Amino acid sequence: MTALLSAVTFVPMLGGLALVFVPRRRAGLLKTSALLIALLVFALSLPLYFGFDGDSADFQFEEQRVWMPTLGVSYHVGIDGISLLLVLLTTFLTPLALASAWHAIEDRLKEFVITVLVLETGMLGVFVSLDLFLFYVFWEAMLIPMYFIIGVWGGANRVYAAVKFVLYTLAGSLLMLVAILALYYRHGAATGAYTFDLVTLARWVVAPGLAQDLMFLAFALAFAIKVPLFPFHTWLPDAHVEAPTAGSVILAGVLLKMGTYGFLRFCLPLFPDASLAFGPFVVALAVVGIVYGAWVSTVQADVKKLVAYSSVSHLGFVMLGIFTLTQQGLVGGVIQMVNHGLSTGALFLMVGMIYERRHTRLIADFGGLWKVVPAFSALFLIVVLSSLGLPGLNGFVGEFLILVGAFGVSPRLAAVATTGIIFAAVYLLWMYQRVIFGEITHEENRALPDLSPREWAVLVPVVVFIVWIGVYPTTFTGKTEATLEALIAQVQSKSAAPRVSLAERGRGASESGHPPSAAASRTPLP
Amino acid sequence: MTPLSMPPVAIGPLAPVLIVLGAAGLVLLLDLLPRPVGRELIATVALAGLVGALLATLARWGKPGRAFQDMLVLDDFALFANVVICYAAALVVMLSIDYLGRNGPETGEYYALVLFSTGGMMLLAAAGDLIVLFLALELMSLSLYVLAGLFKRELAASEASMKYFILGAFATSFLLYGIALIYGATGTTNLDRIAAAAAGRAHDPLLVIGLGLLLVGFGFKISSVPFHMWAPDVYQGAPTSVTALIATGSKAAALAALIRVLVTALRGSQPDWAVLLWVVAAITMTVGNVVAIAQSNLKRLLAYSSIAHVGYMLIGVVAGGSAGPGAVLFYLLTYAFTTAGAFGVLTLCERAQAEAVEVGDYAGLARRHPVLAAALGLFLLSLVGIPPLAGFVGKFYLFAAAVRAGYLWLAVIGVVNSAVAAYYYLRVVVFMYMREPEGAGARLVPSFAGGLALAIALIGIVLLGVIPAPFADLAQAAVAPLLR
Repeated sequence: MTALLSAVTFVPMLGGLALVFVPRRRAGLLKTSALLIALLVFALSLPLYFGFDGDSADFQFEEQRVWMPTLGVSYHVGIDGISLLLVLLTTFLTPLALASAWHAIEDRLKEFVITVLVLETGMLGVFVSLDLFLFYVFWEAMLIPMYFIIGVWGGANRVYAAVKFVLYTLAGSLLMLVAILALYYRHGAATGAYTFDLVTLARWVVAPGLAQDLMFLAFALAFAIKVPLFPFHTWLPDAHVEAPTAGSVILAGVLLKMGTYGFLRFCLPLFPDASLAFGPFVVALAVVGIVYGAWVSTVQADVKKLVAYSSVSHLGFVMLGIFTLTQQGLVGGVIQMVNHGLSTGALFLMVGMIYERRHTRLIADFGGLWKVVPAFSALFLIVVLSSLGLPGLNGFVGEFLILVGAFGVSPRLAAVATTGIIFAAVYLLWMYQRVIFGEITHEENRALPDLSPREWAVLVPVVVFIVWIGVYPTTFTGKTEATLEALIAQVQSKSAAPRVSLAERGRGASESGHPPSAAASRTPLP
Repeated sequence: MTPLSMPPVAIGPLAPVLIVLGAAGLVLLLDLLPRPVGRELIATVALAGLVGALLATLARWGKPGRAFQDMLVLDDFALFANVVICYAAALVVMLSIDYLGRNGPETGEYYALVLFSTGGMMLLAAAGDLIVLFLALELMSLSLYVLAGLFKRELAASEASMKYFILGAFATSFLLYGIALIYGATGTTNLDRIAAAAAGRAHDPLLVIGLGLLLVGFGFKISSVPFHMWAPDVYQGAPTSVTALIATGSKAAALAALIRVLVTALRGSQPDWAVLLWVVAAITMTVGNVVAIAQSNLKRLLAYSSIAHVGYMLIGVVAGGSAGPGAVLFYLLTYAFTTAGAFGVLTLCERAQAEAVEVGDYAGLARRHPVLAAALGLFLLSLVGIPPLAGFVGKFYLFAAAVRAGYLWLAVIGVVNSAVAAYYYLRVVVFMYMREPEGAGARLVPSFAGGLALAIALIGIVLLGVIPAPFADLAQAAVAPLLR
């Protein structure tokens, strides 16, 4: 099937548009068909995994069609080891998000399911685009459905959060548009081929210097806001807290990954010199974000806000892993993107479930839930442990690899980053203790119902993958290692001489004269 | 005594304009009939005239013609502008059927004036001589002055008309003075001959001052800062359908004429006007967008937004080459579809609720009229420049032209402005979708013509956004004859 990737990308939107014709009062039919469409998309995306050759670093399932020939824009899609995992994460989380909203969303349900499905197309489009113009179209278009999800179905302060989300993201990405155009004309002037095709552009490199630095910064700003990298994170707590559960799940699970994905897909291969030059700054910001996110999480009174700030910390780990530019760091970063999607997605799902029961998210309003809702508490424990990186669950794998990579670059920074894991244990376990253990302090909590079959069905798949990645990550890392190895090689070979790897730079001025050893970044995985 | 020799008269290039003016005459005659005919019939005649002109324009595509000793140049550039103008005017006529039903009895004059101004716009875009340019500008403007004040009973309309007229006349005199100085410097008013005469003496003081005065006159017509003061008051006071015509058709015509004059006649002074317009573009978009944030009246908001959009389009004029003007032409097309659509929704809402022009009046529109709210939402998102809608592609071509010509910072100012603009457009969306309605609004059922107009505009912005290439390439090709 040559159009499989396009099918996966556009079936959600087409399905959503078809739902326009379902009458508004048939709520059950709307919900069911939306869920079935999302499940169908997940089923369609499975052959992508099984048909993907993990030993190859090339783009697979490629499709290319003429779109705007005079401008050099084509409809070019394809996936490699990085985007494969993110596409699967998207198709996996969307049905769960829809199912989580089964009772939570009643007002304007029709618009809601259509918006979620259109959003899925936007997100998938971002991950599969291999043309800068196409990528930009999806990147911007996806903002609007998310804006509506937060702004229409969100909490009390939803309008503020929604507008802030859009303006932040738009401000960053519009500068990226200028950088895209600058890259396009520079490439065209240098090679004679005016094209937005990423594969072609990535074979060429802008001369190192101010131009490349500025382009890198424009791209990096757009992605850093999305990640969000400290100090561009201030939109995130607002958006997360105000968004409905389904919105938070998608926001944390998929949208934030677009930022980190952007760094991997565009910044590193297109601007290798600038990536190396600015790498230490990004790493520093990532570490600040790790620690800051963890500290701020600790003092939150609202569970959802706590989870939101924990995202800043976790995404800091991903950025740290990516910009170590070592094999372990990158593999850890990519797998941590998936982990964060699963763990934080599940945390938001469970916060949503408890909110549906009690209509509060304040930690102080709970306590002693274990006696009332044991099944919920047990699953919550697994998810919390996964999020704080307990060995045997998924979070550990990613964070361990990232720290191994980071240690090679700068032991000091790695040590600081490690405190982030310790604080993660503090804020998550302390929260868990106050919510679940102890005596029941509020009478309203005595009669809470435990998990319904629908909620079981939503949570169990996530928990399965949490354990799976924790025990046998090779199922997933195996598909991505070749791609990342090629990416590192590409960055190293394209950047101008002297080819000092980031690892060498981090070791201080006294050692910088030594010849770089590529072996440091090629050690096999544990 | 030598026999009086008649100059050759080529009617062909005049055909589109003649059709429009003929329809205008017919509308006037129908209005004079002793037994009054229905306003629908009059509107239909007007619409038929515009569609006829559109078809005549399309039929002449690729067959450039000149008439009256190069007074009129109907090349592809003028044809493209004519398409935009005819489309905008046709849409306005279709929307007016609904709008006039509530607001005004002056049916005959209204449609005749719309057609006369449309004829002026088409001539303006095709003017090959500064005198024709001036005449066409006056034909267009005088009709619009009257149209703005047509609803005599409304104080705001009279104020708008008066303001428009006085400031307009003032600006036109600047334009005329500029024409006089350029004539003094070059001895001709023909654009091509001006270019030839001006070659090599770009710094002739007469020419430079003439250019400056010309830019003042045009600046007023396209409402660029600092000559934009009239726009908000006129947009607010004029009947909404007329506002739509001012915002789309007259702007398209004036920009087309500006490009033609600058690129053909004054190409020698390119460094001078490029610098000047660089500054004007930057200030225009910034002022338009920043002031729009503070507006609570939707018509005023769209007025400032249209000022900002002129700023974007001036980026293309500054960028020059073939890419710049081509991008402006394409942008005019996308802008006409989008703005006419947005004003179209406004006319419908205004018809139903006495004066629904405050942003607050649109609270909860999505609940009362999901389809209208979705339509206005899409038009606004296109104005923001969200892909895959027309507005995005239009901006993309403009910024691309700027980056290509090396005006990187102008492009950066443009994108920063786009981000600012998102705030006030989205504010309207916030009211429509995220606020609850106050009280029960009236039911709103657009007439067939009004609904059709909105549908055309919607299809237009989606089509231009998803497959822009053919249209954008046509726009680029249309500019080629100017750059000979």
